[in-house]
Amino acid sequence: MVKRIVVGAHYGFRDWLAQRVTAGVMAVYSVVFVIAYAAAGPADHAAWRAFFSQGWLRLATLLFFASLCYHAWIGMRDILMDYIKPVWLRLLLQVLVILTLAGYAGWAVQILWRG
Amino acid sequence: MRISIYRYDPDRDAKPYMKDYEVPVEPADRMLLDLLVKVKAMDDGFAFRRSCREGVCGSDAMNINGKNGLACITRIADLKEPVVLRPLPGLPVIRDLIVDMTQFFKQYHSVRPYLVNDEPAPERERLQSPEERAELDGLYECILCACCSTACPSFWWNPDKFVGPAGLLNAYRFLADSRDRATNERLDNLEDPYRLFRCHTIMNCVDVCPKNLNPTRAIGKIKEMMVKRTV
Repeated sequence: MVKRIVVGAHYGFRDWLAQRVTAGVMAVYSVVFVIAYAAAGPADHAAWRAFFSQGWLRLATLLFFASLCYHAWIGMRDILMDYIKPVWLRLLLQVLVILTLAGYAGWAVQILWRG
Repeated sequence: MRISIYRYDPDRDAKPYMKDYEVPVEPADRMLLDLLVKVKAMDDGFAFRRSCREGVCGSDAMNINGKNGLACITRIADLKEPVVLRPLPGLPVIRDLIVDMTQFFKQYHSVRPYLVNDEPAPERERLQSPEERAELDGLYECILCACCSTACPSFWWNPDKFVGPAGLLNAYRFLADSRDRATNERLDNLEDPYRLFRCHTIMNCVDVCPKNLNPTRAIGKIKEMMVKRTV
């Protein structure tokens, strides 16, 4: 294949910004969660379930996990771009990362809205 | 003073080795470069670059006791013995302390480091206000010695794709210039997960810059310009 120098893929900015925004979402959630936890202080399993049956907390936790997955995707993609040079292997690993994160997100939904 | 220098002549040596020298320091010797000139007199097979000997040309950039810097403005009095000198990390070695800077300059040229302005030239010159001119302070002083880029892990991993701190500082030098008219094209050229966004604000560049410039800040300003044009 001819090797040409190609510059400016015209993407990357959105991911960079999203990584910052998702970090902000996670930081805010962490503070809010600690406060809510300290206020409610669920001691046993039943109390934990009651704690997480609050609609706003479920939604906030879902947003947290969505942010976490997007944030982790960009971070993992960057690591793979740095260290995995064969394109086929990098693509394969990137797909695996996406599937894993999507699986985690689905699992989080399942746990949050279980029973 | 004991100096341990990286030696490698690809025509003769199977692999690089460190060679020790005992160099007498006289009262007139102020900077590391003075001692390197003496080493050269002792062993004329030793090769290194130098030119202006006052921190302006950027030729004698090297790794001094583990940190990139210019030999000509590194004070002997500040050095711990033995002084270990190696070529700039991450670039191919041509011989001893001389590295091949082709990749570094390729990245520099890729940002179009010159004014782009197709408007008819005024009779005398394109004027700037003092405020507009002040925007270029901390940017135009770069001497392209490559200390920063060769201290950057992102540049080590992807020297062919990541522009590097020196190139990006110079990219912002022209983005910040009130006389330039190619802002959009420049930002398009940089919007790339490798070219700009390989910078993970490690800040080795700021740590080593012999001119005390701040490439990380310049890179942040480029990102800020992208935010402003997109959001």
